Amino acid sequence: MTSPKRTPADLLSSWVVARSSAAAADWFLGQIERLKTSHSEKDVYLALGYATRKLGKGDLELKPEERAAAAAARPYWDPSDWSIDQAARIAFVLAGQARDGKAFKTRLETLFNTADVWELIAFYRGLPVYPNPGEHVARAREGTRSAMQPIFEAVAHRNPYPMEQFDENAWNHMVLKALFIGSKLAPILGLDERANPPLARMLCDYAHERWAAQRPVSPELWRCVGAHADAAALQDLARVLATGSTLERQAAALALGNARGPEAERQLRAVPDLHAAVQAGKITWVGIAHG
Amino acid sequence: MFLDSHTHMVSRTTDDYERMASAGVVACIEPAFWLGQPRTNVGSYIDYLSLICGFERFRAGQFGLRHYCTVGLNPKEANNEELAEAVLEILPRYALKEGVVAIGELGYDEQTTLEDKYFRAQLELAKELALPVMIHTPHRDKRQGTLRSMAVALEHKLDPSFVVIDHNNEETVREVLERGFWAAFSIYPFTKMGNERMVEIVRSYGTERIFCDSACDWGVSDPLAVPKTAELMRRGGISEADIEKVTYGNPLAAYGKSGQIKEDDWLNPAPIDQRTLYMGNSVLRGGQTPKVGAAATAPAAALGDLKIV
Repeated sequence: MTSPKRTPADLLSSWVVARSSAAAADWFLGQIERLKTSHSEKDVYLALGYATRKLGKGDLELKPEERAAAAAARPYWDPSDWSIDQAARIAFVLAGQARDGKAFKTRLETLFNTADVWELIAFYRGLPVYPNPGEHVARAREGTRSAMQPIFEAVAHRNPYPMEQFDENAWNHMVLKALFIGSKLAPILGLDERANPPLARMLCDYAHERWAAQRPVSPELWRCVGAHADAAALQDLARVLATGSTLERQAAALALGNARGPEAERQLRAVPDLHAAVQAGKITWVGIAHG
Repeated sequence: MFLDSHTHMVSRTTDDYERMASAGVVACIEPAFWLGQPRTNVGSYIDYLSLICGFERFRAGQFGLRHYCTVGLNPKEANNEELAEAVLEILPRYALKEGVVAIGELGYDEQTTLEDKYFRAQLELAKELALPVMIHTPHRDKRQGTLRSMAVALEHKLDPSFVVIDHNNEETVREVLERGFWAAFSIYPFTKMGNERMVEIVRSYGTERIFCDSACDWGVSDPLAVPKTAELMRRGGISEADIEKVTYGNPLAAYGKSGQIKEDDWLNPAPIDQRTLYMGNSVLRGGQTPKVGAAATAPAAALGDLKIV
């Protein structure tokens, strides 16, 4: 007999308990039980407030089977870099959902509005497991506007929410902002699937701005250009191939490998060593992201 | 290493953060206070408290300082009853935020009935949550206001070892120490304390439960007041151990009672902090010795550069 499918809330609880002392686990489970039925906002604040005090901020460090369980419970969910208190806080937020589905969003908004920086990171990381996913788009976009890089990354990195819920404009600005603030693109889920012509145009414009200011351009930028490269973008890629660093030239070659049409093909053939490396799969975007 | 236990960093520039970090300030505490003009509604308070628990904490981390705060309704704004009631309502939401090391700044400004009411209510909140209290002694009728603050804290059965009386001077220090409270001194140009006077205080009263801070804010003030005072003490023949207590160890012990500030935060931060919020203090990496600010980086700073009058 197979056990019933485990929900994200179940998994979060089991991970926290497995990494806590008996006393801390008792406290945590007691709070979960209380929050399932409590109507008191104060109970929520106290549980959230005491989370780091009672459970610490250790890394969750999920085992491979736990990561697999996460993805089985919620497609593309990847809490592998969460901390224990973050898991507990999201478990607390989710504990009240059965009781008050409609009030969930109202409470969540209040929590966001009075959160400290550490709580903000946790609440944004929780986006993929909240009920009624379509209701949190405005909040998620607020996160991507943050001046605090770790908060931006809580939405953008290893989080399936933007690729599933953001419209094209929101998506494009998130990707552009990642480059703008020096954040990596590789941890953004859905980069290749959500690439689109307006984004390719925005990114090429951004590369031109950087070139004009004689500032470096992240080689990751070209990842979202290749598949939608128009004639002007192909010229930009040619420039990178001709004048870029080793890493930039690899990125340009990889982008050209994704581009369509004879011009991209011609450019690639002109650099046989890079062409061969692309075809052999020796150059990857993850590798380029890590320099 | 220095801990500046009273800084209003929201009013300071990135240059200040850089100078503090290079002078060896590893952590600072931002007490909730007014803005220089009165707030008109509780929403303004919510955004302010979120700022000092949020963006300012992040900003400090980018410069290698750990940032902590206190939350509370200050005595000036306690006189707006509608605002005060609403702030008291939302304070419990912030009191347990990470890095909140005390309820404060509390106390009296003009010693009105409303100030007294909300001072007492917040003392009760601090007691309930086992948090330290930071008391701002009044600028005017200072001695009387200080004595009254302590009497009320004792009346509410607060443990004096959980209460910091800040902005002391020569007229208040003896009675604060006698009653078992912490006595903090804000080293400030023109008003409050100059750091030469601070050296004299340490000579006269020793270092038990005494510490100094910069109280740097939007007015004329010096974010390097703590390292400069340390250097003056050193030149005045005060021992390294005593300097360490007055500029680091004592404020850490006082606010450490919250459980929300500890040496490990900057010496051995949690890996997840290191990855996200805290860029570390580059000056202290590799066992370098902190320097006393740009003014003091010349072979030997002139004494005049260190004095805060």
